[in-house]
Amino acid sequence: MAALTTPSRTTRRASAKRQQVIGKIIINVVLALICIAWTIPTLGLLISSFRLRDDISSSGWWAVFPHQEFKTVDTFQLAKEIDLRQPIVFPAELGGRSYSVDEIASGVKLPDGRQATWENRRGRLLALQAGTWTVNTNFTTENYANVLSGQKFVVKNADGTDRAIQGDDLWGALINSLTVAIPATVIPILIAAFAAYGFAWMRFPGRFLLFTLVVALLVVPLQVALIPILRDYVSLKLNGTYLAVWLAHTGFGLPLATYLLYNYISQLPRDILESAFIDGASHFTIFTQLILPLSMPALASFAIFQFLWVWNDYLVALVFIGAQPNVQVLTMRLADMVGSRGQDWHLLTAGAFITMLIPLTVFFSLQRYFVRGLLAGSVKG
Amino acid sequence: MQTTDVNARHSAASDDGMNVGRLALSAVLFVILLASLWWGFDVLRTSQRDNSMPKILTGVFAIVWGVGGAAAIFFTANFVVEQLPLTVRRLLTPFVFVGPAVLLLGWFLFLPTLRTLYLSFLNKDSTEFVGLTNYVAAFTERTMLTAFQNNLLWMIFGTAGCVIFGLLIAVLADRSGFESVAKALIFLPMAISFVGAGVIWRFIYYFSPPGQPQIGLLNAVVSGFGGQPQAWTSLVQPWNNFFLIAILVWMQTGFAMVIFSAAIKGIPEDILEAARVDGAKEFTIFFQIMLPAIQGTLVTVTTTILILTLKIFDVVIVMTGGQYGTNVIAVEFYRQLFSSNDNGRGSAIAIVLLIAVIPVMVYNLRQLNKQEVF
Repeated sequence: MAALTTPSRTTRRASAKRQQVIGKIIINVVLALICIAWTIPTLGLLISSFRLRDDISSSGWWAVFPHQEFKTVDTFQLAKEIDLRQPIVFPAELGGRSYSVDEIASGVKLPDGRQATWENRRGRLLALQAGTWTVNTNFTTENYANVLSGQKFVVKNADGTDRAIQGDDLWGALINSLTVAIPATVIPILIAAFAAYGFAWMRFPGRFLLFTLVVALLVVPLQVALIPILRDYVSLKLNGTYLAVWLAHTGFGLPLATYLLYNYISQLPRDILESAFIDGASHFTIFTQLILPLSMPALASFAIFQFLWVWNDYLVALVFIGAQPNVQVLTMRLADMVGSRGQDWHLLTAGAFITMLIPLTVFFSLQRYFVRGLLAGSVKG
Repeated sequence: MQTTDVNARHSAASDDGMNVGRLALSAVLFVILLASLWWGFDVLRTSQRDNSMPKILTGVFAIVWGVGGAAAIFFTANFVVEQLPLTVRRLLTPFVFVGPAVLLLGWFLFLPTLRTLYLSFLNKDSTEFVGLTNYVAAFTERTMLTAFQNNLLWMIFGTAGCVIFGLLIAVLADRSGFESVAKALIFLPMAISFVGAGVIWRFIYYFSPPGQPQIGLLNAVVSGFGGQPQAWTSLVQPWNNFFLIAILVWMQTGFAMVIFSAAIKGIPEDILEAARVDGAKEFTIFFQIMLPAIQGTLVTVTTTILILTLKIFDVVIVMTGGQYGTNVIAVEFYRQLFSSNDNGRGSAIAIVLLIAVIPVMVYNLRQLNKQEVF
């Protein structure tokens, strides 16, 4: 009996095993396809930003990969009396089939593998093209040089004439973005860390009410605040200054920062603080010497979060920097370029990639902290 | 290090009373701080106006001034308070810690909410009381109705897209052989600004007339299969909204995925193993065990993305400017404010946005009340 069941059990186990392997393959293939689909948009931008101006406008960025390109190798004169309104019958040496004018215009495949299209429709002249494998690899860094500079630069038109173009000064905007983003990251974290410590380890009247306020403001859309603050800024003559943008980002980022850091700081072991108190340390000493170093992971996660948020922000900058060109940040300058250079893909792609450079670096080098911050922020309750 | 040591020693020494000399000194210090902050601000504003300093220098100066100034305010305020008698100090120290945050929250979020509410009952330039006129307009005007409709599309399909893709990828990645690479690739668009993503996707949707080379990926694919190239974001109405929503899904799926992935890894492995031994199919396991187990996370992620889609602004303004029937509430808010200079209408729209998130606010406050820390 046992001898009989053994083979069937092994085959069943083998088939289960095979099914598992097949399942594994399917999972990996599907995931790989999704990943490719997710990466293609960015990849296309990156490749395009290094291509020549004329290349970008005449072929898609995928032309840098090996592909078949049809090149005219021969021409063929059709008889003069052929009526172009009728289907055109090709002579026997071209396969002898008949095609309409429009079909030929978009290229028809001949039996011998060549492609026929119009060289000159009115002259009844056909171009016979043969496919060759090519790659288009004329790369340049000129696009980046052009968008970074604030100077006028000269480009050659296709007909050989020169044309002067005003640079987009993304270099200046990059410095502005850094000048806006670094303090707008550090200041809210500093203020929020102090507040979080205060809420977690101090007893004072109004503590619960104030913390309730913090939580209530977590989801308030910042649109609600824009009009009154804009008015304050105008009357204080603050509009268009760095300070105005820092303060705005600080105010809008504070609820989440305070809430996250509170969650972290209030979980720190109580006895560390108590022994420090017994030693006679003040709150301020404990906070700067003990709590800040201990909270580094939480501070770092939120710092990355806030930095990316500020760097990528468009609305706050648009409202509080507005028309002040000396202070304009990258997102604003890029959005302006979309308006003024909508067809100049060689400049737009390079510009877009410059705006992405720093956040992508931050993201890849500090990914672990970023993910940890996200988890702390959203898995609440 | 040095300063804090001095502070600590001093605070211990002054427990029994206050030192008038030191108090005066700290007050002087505070005045000097304020003066130097003002000086820095003035230098910055001048150099911004007439480019009197090299750009990088201005930037570095601004960063040092801003960050250093914020830290110096805390240090000095604490120094001043530590010179006061013990009872007063006990009372004031918490407010040195919490005060700046509370002041800023008050100035930048709490009071503005009330002021915007007030402005929403006034006319265009806030000179006359008009009652509910702005709200009536916000709910009846054709542009606003389109905006509401489109926002609904964003909230339903944008959120569903992010959640479904996020969940799918999280589950697949968990069993794949290249989990961390896959997650990084899906997550990458989160680091890009909406404006940058707008450029990326404008390039994908780019339309050239038929017969010319299609350099936009979508039109190249469509004409490769023999179709007609289309102007996807403008003329293909109302479907153009969905082409914009695709951008959001591309950007935010990473967020949903990361959080779902963490939640799925939190499900005890033996429960899943037990189900598998009992012969449960993977689909059954997913719907009967995984989904119920990550229910809480599902709600949080959905709410977060819902709020994001409610306020969606950058994508639309960069891609279409709200034209071609793609207007949304936040874009209409911006238009009322800066194109029509209508503070009343703008405020009313902002308040509508606020009302929409009140349920989430109430939920958060309830959760806070459940916590026993207070």
